Amino acid sequence: MPAESRTPHESRTPRGPRRTSGSQETTEFRPERRRRIVPFGLRTRLILAFLLVAAVSAGTTATLTYREARNSVVSAAQDTAVASFRDEVEQMGSTSLPVLPDRLKEDLQRIARKGKPRPWYVYAEYGTLRISSGTNPESSVITPELRRATNSRGRLHGSFERVVKDGVPYLTIGMPVVFRAGGAGVLPTGLALYAVMPMTEEQTQTEALVSAARAGAMPGLVIALLPALLAASSVLRPVRGLRRAARNMGSGKLDTRIPVRGRDELADLARTFNESAGELERSVTELRRAEERARRFASDVSHELRTPLAGMLAVTEVLDEDAERLPPDTARAVRLISAETGKLAVLIEDLMEISRFDARAAELHTDEIDVAETIRRTLQNRHWTGGHPEQVRTDLPDGIRARLDPRRFDVVVANLVGNALRHGAAPVTVRLRRATAVDGTPLVVTEVTDSGPGIRPDVLPHIFDRFYKADAARTRSVGSGLGLAITLENVHLHGGTIRAANRQDVPHVPHDPYGFPEPYAAGSTGAVFTVEIPLDAETPPDPMEDLA
Amino acid sequence: MPRVLLIEDDPSVREGVELGLRRRGHEVRTAATGEAGLAALAEFQPDLLLLDLMLPGVNGVEVCRRVREDSQLPIIMLTARGDDFDVVIGLEAGADDYIVKPARTEVIEARIRAVLRRMEAPGGQRPAVEQHGGLTLDRAGLTVTKDGLRLDLAPSELRLLLHLSAAPEQVFSRQQLLEHVWEHSYHGDARLVDACVRRLRNKIEDVPGTPRYIQTLRGFGYRFGPL
Repeated sequence: MPAESRTPHESRTPRGPRRTSGSQETTEFRPERRRRIVPFGLRTRLILAFLLVAAVSAGTTATLTYREARNSVVSAAQDTAVASFRDEVEQMGSTSLPVLPDRLKEDLQRIARKGKPRPWYVYAEYGTLRISSGTNPESSVITPELRRATNSRGRLHGSFERVVKDGVPYLTIGMPVVFRAGGAGVLPTGLALYAVMPMTEEQTQTEALVSAARAGAMPGLVIALLPALLAASSVLRPVRGLRRAARNMGSGKLDTRIPVRGRDELADLARTFNESAGELERSVTELRRAEERARRFASDVSHELRTPLAGMLAVTEVLDEDAERLPPDTARAVRLISAETGKLAVLIEDLMEISRFDARAAELHTDEIDVAETIRRTLQNRHWTGGHPEQVRTDLPDGIRARLDPRRFDVVVANLVGNALRHGAAPVTVRLRRATAVDGTPLVVTEVTDSGPGIRPDVLPHIFDRFYKADAARTRSVGSGLGLAITLENVHLHGGTIRAANRQDVPHVPHDPYGFPEPYAAGSTGAVFTVEIPLDAETPPDPMEDLA
Repeated sequence: MPRVLLIEDDPSVREGVELGLRRRGHEVRTAATGEAGLAALAEFQPDLLLLDLMLPGVNGVEVCRRVREDSQLPIIMLTARGDDFDVVIGLEAGADDYIVKPARTEVIEARIRAVLRRMEAPGGQRPAVEQHGGLTLDRAGLTVTKDGLRLDLAPSELRLLLHLSAAPEQVFSRQQLLEHVWEHSYHGDARLVDACVRRLRNKIEDVPGTPRYIQTLRGFGYRFGPL
């Protein structure tokens, strides 16, 4: 396939946005899928990762520090309170019995005053008796659990609990009053004392710690952003360079190389890229050279064959004329030589034409022509019209003027009609119409349809191949075997396209403004070749213009 | 029958074409080099020159140029299609037509006859001698004079001028001109027309850059006048 047949718009496909440059290859070829999986670009992800690490480490440090500090603050207060309360309660000990409410209240108030590190509220419970150092005889922060623990026989040393009520933390200590029953034995008196101490001061202290930790962590995060940005750009710059280089390579600049900096993984990647690029360039150059040699060989061979053929072709007439006067065998031999010389001349001409296309030496000599008139002349010159029954039917609306190469367009039409007559069946129909390409370019559409059985599906993809033989038996075709390949090249040279299909596969568009007046009959068969050429095949400087 | 001088370096082409043309009654003289051809020219006095472009020594284009210096001998170049550059140079040098090798003798002979065919006398009312501005065209005598001076026009130039001026102000497409003046098929090489117009303008126009007699209608073709 020639270069121009490679769809040029492919290289113009919008690339995936820079944000999705996470993976060069996937981004380029499957941008849609990629975008769904990775919502952020490499840069964002790198920065986020950096920040996450910074946040986790700062947070962990702060949390651990905070917890340690808070514990030491709280437990210090707690230990002091529990120890001093126990002392007070023990001092009270036996003097507390029997329980006299007035004296007990005095005791409680005394203990409350002695409260360490701060004064407590002290409550006493004895049976149903409730007395406190304050005005409320019963505290609302003492939980049933603490009561149960305090009154249980195994916990004579008292229990404590931290309770938060209405946002205020309290330390509550429960302590049974015991008396020593001689020896080591102690017995609960049934009287339980409770101390309640608000821990607001400790809370204030720990809150100060939290804000200190936060104040330390936030700048840390901001500072972490800096190396994150630096690292991101130091990673991304080579990645971007790589992307640019890969794109250059893709667009054919095979000498693209990336400067290798440093000794890291990205440098390795760059080095690998350069090596691969070098390897690719070498093999492509080698391939091109081989192709060039093959091309020049084909061209040289045809050139060399042409000269002797020119001499031979000039004398075929002499052979044909004199053949009848020769002995029958000699006459047959002479006629054979004459006929084959003619075919050889066609073959060589076609080969030379193909090698000119391959060498991109084929030139377009455009002229503004009436397309219908041109097609009519093509058919007339080959005596395809006017016979009975008519071999070729036409539907050629007048007034379609286009800038084409008349000689090449003649070759296109003649090859298609000749092919249709040879491999399909008469009647062959040639239709001409205008159309508009997807991008708005006005087109002239030529369609050649035959009435044969159509093209076999396995042959269809190869129909424009050079020397392609539809049947496996390598019989020599009537033509050179290059006709459709040359047709394809000629159409491409005009910037047009050619399609081959079978009539039953071509959908008929009923509302096509340029539609065919005579729709295909249902079930009819035959091959359809459709040639679409821009009305203005190209805009070279008008050769007539520079004469003026 | 016309006398044809064939200058061709390849012996098989030279012999083949000579044989073919001689069988059709032409008197043929051949030469293998440009020098030999130029020498034979004066002595043989041919009616037409068949000239291979790729010649050793003095090449075909050079031969063409030298012939055109003092003669309006019809010249047909023998070329290989694709040697586009040579074709253009040859046409600029004054060749009237070209034939792509390999060609059958009937094709060569048809071109020879087309180049040598005399313009038909103008139909009926038109006088044989016409005056168009400074140009005087003698359709019977096949001469063109400009301001009293006789112009040396190559056969293709003369045929083109007479064809265009036979229908003044009518526009002819290049394909039509190829068909009528050169007797090529409708799908011929329009460069033949362009090169001939360029040569003709250099000879008949007062200012070739702003043509008065042979005017261009962009996208359609050429016309004679209006003056």
